[in-house]
Amino acid sequence: MNILRRTALILPPYLWLLMLFLIPFAIVFKISLSEYALAIPRYMPQYDPETGIWHLITQLSFENYRLIGAGAVIAVLSGIALLAALIFLFYPRLRSAFSGETDGSLSDRLAAFLLGLAAAAVLVILGTIALSWFFPSLSGFVELQDHLYYTAYLSSLKIALFSTCLTLAVGFPFAWAMARSPAQYRPMLMMLVILPFWTSFLIRVYAWRGILSQTGYLNQILMALGIIDEPLVILNTNIAVYIGIVYTYLPFMVLPIYATLEKLDESLNEAAIDLGCTRTSAFWLVTVPLSRPGVIAGCFLVFIPALGEYVIPELLGGSNTLMIGKVLVEEFEKNGDWPVASAVAVILLLILIIPIVLFQRNQQKNQEAGL
Amino acid sequence: MNTQTIDSNFAPWENAEETPLIDFQNVTKRFGEFTAIDNLNLKIYEREFFALLGPSGCGKTTLMRMLAGFENPTEGTIILDGQDIAPVPPNKRSTNMMFQSYALFPHLSVADNIAFGLKRDGMAKGDVDARVDEMIRLVQLGKFAKRKPDQISGGQRQRVALARALARAPKLLLLDEPLGALDKKLRQETQFELMDIQESTGTTFVIVTHDQEEAMTVASRVAVMDHGKLVQVDTPDRIYENPNSTYVADFIGDVNILKGHASKTDAGCTIAWGEGQPEINTSCGTELRGAVHYAIRPEKIAVSADKPDAANVLKGTVLDIAYLGNISTYYVKLATGEVIKAQAANNRRISRRSFTWEDEVYLSFTDTAGVVLAQ
Ligand SMILES: Nc1ncnc2c1ncn2[C@@H]1O[C@H](COP(=O)(O)OP(=O)(O)OP(=O)(O)O)[C@@H](O)[C@H]1O
Ligand SMILES: [Mg+2]
Repeated sequence: MNILRRTALILPPYLWLLMLFLIPFAIVFKISLSEYALAIPRYMPQYDPETGIWHLITQLSFENYRLIGAGAVIAVLSGIALLAALIFLFYPRLRSAFSGETDGSLSDRLAAFLLGLAAAAVLVILGTIALSWFFPSLSGFVELQDHLYYTAYLSSLKIALFSTCLTLAVGFPFAWAMARSPAQYRPMLMMLVILPFWTSFLIRVYAWRGILSQTGYLNQILMALGIIDEPLVILNTNIAVYIGIVYTYLPFMVLPIYATLEKLDESLNEAAIDLGCTRTSAFWLVTVPLSRPGVIAGCFLVFIPALGEYVIPELLGGSNTLMIGKVLVEEFEKNGDWPVASAVAVILLLILIIPIVLFQRNQQKNQEAGL
Repeated sequence: MNTQTIDSNFAPWENAEETPLIDFQNVTKRFGEFTAIDNLNLKIYEREFFALLGPSGCGKTTLMRMLAGFENPTEGTIILDGQDIAPVPPNKRSTNMMFQSYALFPHLSVADNIAFGLKRDGMAKGDVDARVDEMIRLVQLGKFAKRKPDQISGGQRQRVALARALARAPKLLLLDEPLGALDKKLRQETQFELMDIQESTGTTFVIVTHDQEEAMTVASRVAVMDHGKLVQVDTPDRIYENPNSTYVADFIGDVNILKGHASKTDAGCTIAWGEGQPEINTSCGTELRGAVHYAIRPEKIAVSADKPDAANVLKGTVLDIAYLGNISTYYVKLATGEVIKAQAANNRRISRRSFTWEDEVYLSFTDTAGVVLAQ
């Protein structure tokens, strides 16, 4: 009885996962292993009941992955993962070596972290050299046939990382000011943060075209004020993409940070000041460390969708804005190459799994700590 | 307890020449319409162990917060060490406060919490560690030094907060209910520990407590507050023996209060009260006449089965007996309907007590046992 009830409880989410994620993923994965064909659908082989499933499997190949340079992407990812693991290994030891039993100062920590990073990087590089020395055939695995995809992955990673940092830089003061405002204003401020969601995302991003274009409002105002003579070229550059991402994802950064800051007991700040902190050092030593769960959650909530973002670079970015979401759509729509597009999507998912798992762990840790 | 004998000579408040460490001059604190501290004047002297007592919400924490610098007086000035402290920010004051809510940093271990203030002072690392060790030993938290605050019990947290406030050895220590969550034995140990610290460092302590016994044990002077006003500020024994109002008498310890009418006699005065009851003879030194309150502590009233020979004797029946181990409290109902509490030490086994429920008994007390109060 009990088991039945429990199964009934957990079955819907698993069914949901199966239908909306696992089955589509399996289909996409199969397509990614197929070959481009000028037919409908745009790939072969097709499942044929006469030859059976086994015949179908023998015809599949990793050719598309080789084309998009998946080997190199995987190699870079495992390099990064190894680096992170090594830092985790070194950092606590180095820190205790620097500052003994108690928590060291910020400079101690930074020194320990940099040293850990350096040591880890040296180890990873040495490992790579050793690998290529002993297994020269592995170089075929990371060889790039077409630089486009690889560059697009890296460029997406760079844009997502950078815009996450920007969103944090804008969002944290935002959340902090909200949490420190008088209690009666907070619901209204919260409302103002959420309000833009009431209009379509597409329209809001499109509106930025009107603001940022050469004859747009921003340039008009700046020129009217006499700050610039020539209109600034912002639209169709990466800057416009950053502006778009920061604007769109700001609430995802503000809300989790605000949630942690709002719960923060003001007496902790007072205690820090009572013990000799200035307002600034109390902020860095108490408020910032205690808001970390919110900061981490916010960063992931921005980073994960930003990595695969398509609409913003399409509408605001230029021809040299390379993002993997754009490449994927182009491959699918313009070239009609479903197999390559599928392979690009599968690798994108692979990259996203890492931050998603880390995000999950952060949430779990907070839940256990009762935050 | 040699501290008590030293304390008995220590009475700077009796000396008008002495400059106080803290001087509240007509201090008023309002939160909007609400007056939390009402035109308060108070002098606290160096090396004092000053206890604040009062009901919840009477303004004890607010008083402390003004000293620490987290609230500014709405009116009046506070002088600390001869200097008006209003412009001095909290981190520049040589005070440390132990918060009622402890306010421990959840992201730092017990040891790091204690070290926090020391590091801000720019103390050398070796010295910080030594001082932290010393503090941890003092509050008996050796085993927990590496734990985070959410991994220790409420009483342990309270001790961490105490250690953190003590660590910097400030000139003025503000302790907001520092021992409330500790068990009796640990509380007594810590009380003596605090008194020792006070002796050896000469730190001035201001302590808020709800435990009058604690106030009596540790304090050089006790202030009883009510609704943002000081009702009485005095040494513990005087607060207990000579309360200046029924409010103080009632707040500190148990008391019987009888309403009556005082008139002067040669020996002192007599108080006529309830119908058909003998007048109470007292050698009250006061000039009070007319409507008064007579306050007498239960332990000053003797209970006996036979009529004793005493300055004041009342007759009643035993309504209830509360057995407290070492002592018993007798609730004796008089003919007027008044119930008087009397306390007697249980120096006999209960079975051999000469009276019990519903028995007629005599209550007796001397003419110096009680105090006559105007209100
Ligand atoms: N920031 C504030 N805003 C408004 N009212 C306040 C504020 N702080 C305190 N008060 C009020 O001032 C009064 C005194 O508060 P305070 O904290 O000093 O009480 P307390 O004597 O310490 O009580 P307790 O024994 O319960 O700790 C209370 O009635 C409280 O509601
Ligand atoms: Mg209080």
